[in-house]
Amino acid sequence: MSARPIFTRPARLAAIAPYVWMVLFFLVPFGFVLKISLSQTAIAQPPYLPLFGFGDGVTGLKASFAALSLDNFRLLVSDNLYIASYLRSLVVAVISTALLLALGYPIAYAMARLPRRWQPVAMTLVIVPFWTSFLIRIYAWINILQHDGLLNKILLALHIVSAPVVWLSTDAAMYLGIVYSYLPFMILPLYATLAKQDEALLEAAADLGASRLQAFWLVTFPLSLPGVGAGVLLCFIPIVGEFVIPDLLAGSDSMMIGQTLWLEFFTNKDWPVASATAIVLLALLLIPLLVYDRLQRRQLEAR
Amino acid sequence: MPASAPRLSRFNVTALVLGLAFLYLPIVILVIYSFNASRLVTVWGGWSTRWYTEFFNDRAMLDAAWMSARVAVVSASLATLLGTLAAVALTRGERFRGRTLMSGMLYAPLVMPEVITGLSLLLLFVALDAERGFWTVTIAHTTLTMCFVAVVVQSRLAGLDRSLEEAAMDLGCDPARAFLAVTLPLIFPAIAAGWMLAFTLSLDDLVIASFTTGPGSATLPIRIYSEVRLGVKPEINAICTLIIGFIAVLIVGASLASKLSSGRGESAAPL
Repeated sequence: MSARPIFTRPARLAAIAPYVWMVLFFLVPFGFVLKISLSQTAIAQPPYLPLFGFGDGVTGLKASFAALSLDNFRLLVSDNLYIASYLRSLVVAVISTALLLALGYPIAYAMARLPRRWQPVAMTLVIVPFWTSFLIRIYAWINILQHDGLLNKILLALHIVSAPVVWLSTDAAMYLGIVYSYLPFMILPLYATLAKQDEALLEAAADLGASRLQAFWLVTFPLSLPGVGAGVLLCFIPIVGEFVIPDLLAGSDSMMIGQTLWLEFFTNKDWPVASATAIVLLALLLIPLLVYDRLQRRQLEAR
Repeated sequence: MPASAPRLSRFNVTALVLGLAFLYLPIVILVIYSFNASRLVTVWGGWSTRWYTEFFNDRAMLDAAWMSARVAVVSASLATLLGTLAAVALTRGERFRGRTLMSGMLYAPLVMPEVITGLSLLLLFVALDAERGFWTVTIAHTTLTMCFVAVVVQSRLAGLDRSLEEAAMDLGCDPARAFLAVTLPLIFPAIAAGWMLAFTLSLDDLVIASFTTGPGSATLPIRIYSEVRLGVKPEINAICTLIIGFIAVLIVGASLASKLSSGRGESAAPL
């Protein structure tokens, strides 16, 4: 690439402000999470024992290193509550992502097959719900799923059920909420790769004797794998840490890790344990995050 | 099979219709219920706007809405500035030290669970002994939303023909002038879309705001959430409808504006 070096310098200068901002408000805070996850709970405000103050000098620093403890992490691996909620988060994320892929793929596929001038319209229609509030969309489902809500009314009127069914506070409601909220995140990357595919490839497959289904599995699907990867990561990672949807739609008998963290923080006021929970969650997500980062970078910078 | 024939099978049509119905029906139902006269949300009692009147008399809700609006405007503006700078640096800066770290820091928050972002920012604010309220939420939202702005603007910049900038410089513009006169007008639709995305994300956020706000300065989603936990209330339907209407007007207005200004509407659709 023959980029003008003359344009490069000012562009680099432009990096300074966002760089400083992100280091200060994204990177440094993780240091604090790590630090507080190693400190001890205290009944104080803020509710943890202070660690390395800036004015302590070397001896003070040594003393605070000695005070570091892994107790919070020991608690996380010894208490079933935490292990159970980590596992549940992973299971919920895997199942939801599979459901999203199964539902999102046909929709994205159909969008890519629309006549050219209709495709932007379809894309806008898929994006618009993403602009309306997450919370509102979940709330909309509570309206429908509650005991005397619309769904039960319809089912009763059609004599499909004889008594109202409990929908709210079930896992089914939670999966519905997750699929509903994340569907645009799955559809858009899928659509982006499917729309780019050359239809001549399918004709070639047909000429070589492939049935339409064979052509799909041997040509279309493998070529759409980058989109599948992007969609899966874009949904999986945030779902693992999801809080609002399970809190409002699922029952209270088992929690996802985001809920446990929230509970430790806001209800039990145990900031060190909440921080340790966050650190472990982050560690679990590190590999998918790194893969996602590479995909994203390749996609944006390879154009 | 002739290539020019429309390839819309019955399967495709069904997938599209069902998919869009799934996305839109719950919202439509919510909007209809917000005009329900009955106090029982699910019993239809005729059309009425009483729940809207109720909202406009609810001091706490109005305060929360005002707080959210201020946070959204300020954080979206800051985020647009910072995100655009970041996008320019990443697409035009070639290789520079720390570039990998920078793009990592910009992409990670897009998928990072909000509970982690919220908690880490709160711990920073506590360590800095900052008073929690308007500014802490604004800074938190700026941090999250500038990443979305950066992605939207970056994808527009990457698709831009660089020879335009080079031509401007060949004609004697210095880089700053070339950027302001040529690049900026071309990426303006993306910048505007980025601002709107940042604005709506901020207006929408519950988790990060819950962590970073202080007593007495609840945002609208925080108020709505605490009401929703207690059950469905017709007033909430009305508030939600107002928010949906507001955002719909914003999107339609912006897409019309971008169509008028550029004739190419596609850049107004981010992500």
